[in-house]
Amino acid sequence: MNAYGLMAVFETPADAIHAAEKVRDAGYSKWDVHTPFPVHGMDAAMGLPNSKVGWFTFLGGVTGYTSGMLMIWWMNAYDYKIVIGGKPMFSPFFSFPVSYELTILLASFGSLIGMFLLNRLPRLHHPLLKNRKFCAGATHDKFILVIETADPKFNDQETRKLLASAGSKHIELVED
Amino acid sequence: MSAAAEHSVPSSVKIAPPPVELERQPLVLHNRSIGWISDHIAGICEGDAPKWWLPALIFSVSLLTMMGACIAYLIVSGVGVWGLNQPVAWAWDITNFVFWIGIGHAGTLISAILFLLRQKWRTSVNRAAEAMTLFAVACAGIFPLIHVGRIWYALWWLPPIPNNYDIWPQFRSPLLWDVFAVSTYGTVSLLFWYTGLIPDLATMRDRATSKVKKFLYGFFAFGWTGSNRHWSNYEKAYLLLAGLSTPLVLSVHSIVSFDFAVSQLPGWHTTIFPPYFVAGAVFSGFGMVLTLLIPLRTLCKLEDIVTVRHVELMCKVILATGSIVGYAYGMEFFIAWYGGNPYELAAFKNRAFGPYWWSYWWMISCNVICPHLFWFKKLRENMVFVFIVSIFVNIGMWFERFVIIVTSLHRDYLPSSWGYFRPTWVDVCTFVGSFGLFMTLFLLFMRYLPMIAISEVKGVTPQADAHHPLGGAKHGGHH
Repeated sequence: MNAYGLMAVFETPADAIHAAEKVRDAGYSKWDVHTPFPVHGMDAAMGLPNSKVGWFTFLGGVTGYTSGMLMIWWMNAYDYKIVIGGKPMFSPFFSFPVSYELTILLASFGSLIGMFLLNRLPRLHHPLLKNRKFCAGATHDKFILVIETADPKFNDQETRKLLASAGSKHIELVED
Repeated sequence: MSAAAEHSVPSSVKIAPPPVELERQPLVLHNRSIGWISDHIAGICEGDAPKWWLPALIFSVSLLTMMGACIAYLIVSGVGVWGLNQPVAWAWDITNFVFWIGIGHAGTLISAILFLLRQKWRTSVNRAAEAMTLFAVACAGIFPLIHVGRIWYALWWLPPIPNNYDIWPQFRSPLLWDVFAVSTYGTVSLLFWYTGLIPDLATMRDRATSKVKKFLYGFFAFGWTGSNRHWSNYEKAYLLLAGLSTPLVLSVHSIVSFDFAVSQLPGWHTTIFPPYFVAGAVFSGFGMVLTLLIPLRTLCKLEDIVTVRHVELMCKVILATGSIVGYAYGMEFFIAWYGGNPYELAAFKNRAFGPYWWSYWWMISCNVICPHLFWFKKLRENMVFVFIVSIFVNIGMWFERFVIIVTSLHRDYLPSSWGYFRPTWVDVCTFVGSFGLFMTLFLLFMRYLPMIAISEVKGVTPQADAHHPLGGAKHGGHH
């Protein structure tokens, strides 16, 4: 029987943060803390760098703005010119509202797609979601730290000891 | 940086809770636990529906059916079944469009602008308000679509597709800007709302008892496990979406106001329109949020989550935006006189004292006088009173759009084309029916999706704060 990882349940966000600091300092790399809401300070406790979602947003926004401007120029000033009230065929001013909306539209899609890509979601199957204790807690009122067996530093005895020393009352091996 | 360095303060230092007089009024009353929050909010969607729900749904669906029948009649017969005609070519249709789209703005304001301003109280109301935005945009979208008559040609003038002469839509027209603004607004509001829903759908999935529910909630939760590595990207994406929605919501009603302001018509051709429309939109939207939430907080026993303080804060927003709207009405009149354009002044005199004087004074009493009752704390805390005022705000804002559109159009430059618009029964039934669509969608939403952002409300409780004794803080020095 393959094991996915060792999971430790904590009752309060403060306990989870202290445990995360211990695990971080012990040098683990394949581990995570599952919480019902984003715990303020957990990113630092886990040693996570700033999220890269912003780059996707920026890319989306630039694509939206340029494609809006190009589309309007091409349609109204190149492919089929129409004179309306003697106004110029193309001007960045009247093209702005539509390009602005497209900037926001594609930047929003960029942010969301970026978030999903970076999180490797959607994912319809996860070993943790088969564990009753996990499901009853991680999205409800418990703070669950999981260290994967795939972690190079993982050692059943040592890791269990580390989690117990962090104050977890419930430590359990999760099947894959 | 090591853990030891972070914990330089000796562990003998105990953290005392902040003194009572400095503690803010809590956002969730009675010191409810984190588990209570998910049990209570998810509980609304679980078990049997409350007794009032099915009758309310049947009532809403019948109104919706009435609208469907009216629209079918309109499409089969032509727009002549409405009361509009030259010179009032836009009447209830565009009034209703602007009314509904304006209502949506409060949802985005609560979810995006208050998020950027770190107003934590938004968490109790943002989900319902965002849903209200989506449903209001759906109601709004119907009216411009059906007012064109031959709606089967819509495909040629909504997205940029060349017509049968290969001519593209022309982008100098504010009406086309409006198409892009409203469809972007609808889409981004949906994305924002859905992003907020993902963690709560995971909560619903993990609580679901039936296989079908587990599958459906699980499918739409996209495999969310509450992982902190995911939260990190999620929170950044949420922040960026809030940052994008803020300029979006300001632009949408500005562009809607361009539909009028860019024209040459006295009463429409004013530069104050964009800010005035945005303030009015937020004002009307908060009116609708209160109309929905005041009964719901009692019916669904949400008094601990949507507290009196939440209602009071929303009343203050109504007071502020209502004052901006009142200022805009005054400024419009001032500029009509100061600008020295006799047509502009005539249009405004006609608004207040002409054949549609009654609609103007409805608007003034609901939008200018009503909100100023909220200067009194006693009145802001009286739920029945706030509910009644919120309804008057809705009525007043509908009249505002009616006044702007109909009173400006019914007097043309040529006195021979002057007219007086009267709605027909089809006008009335279509508008009343649009409330059926709105309420049907809202009732389904509150029954099948968590009406309050569970994870966000948890996040603002003291139990969620690792530095608060309730959140498990034992000793100082932690960053």
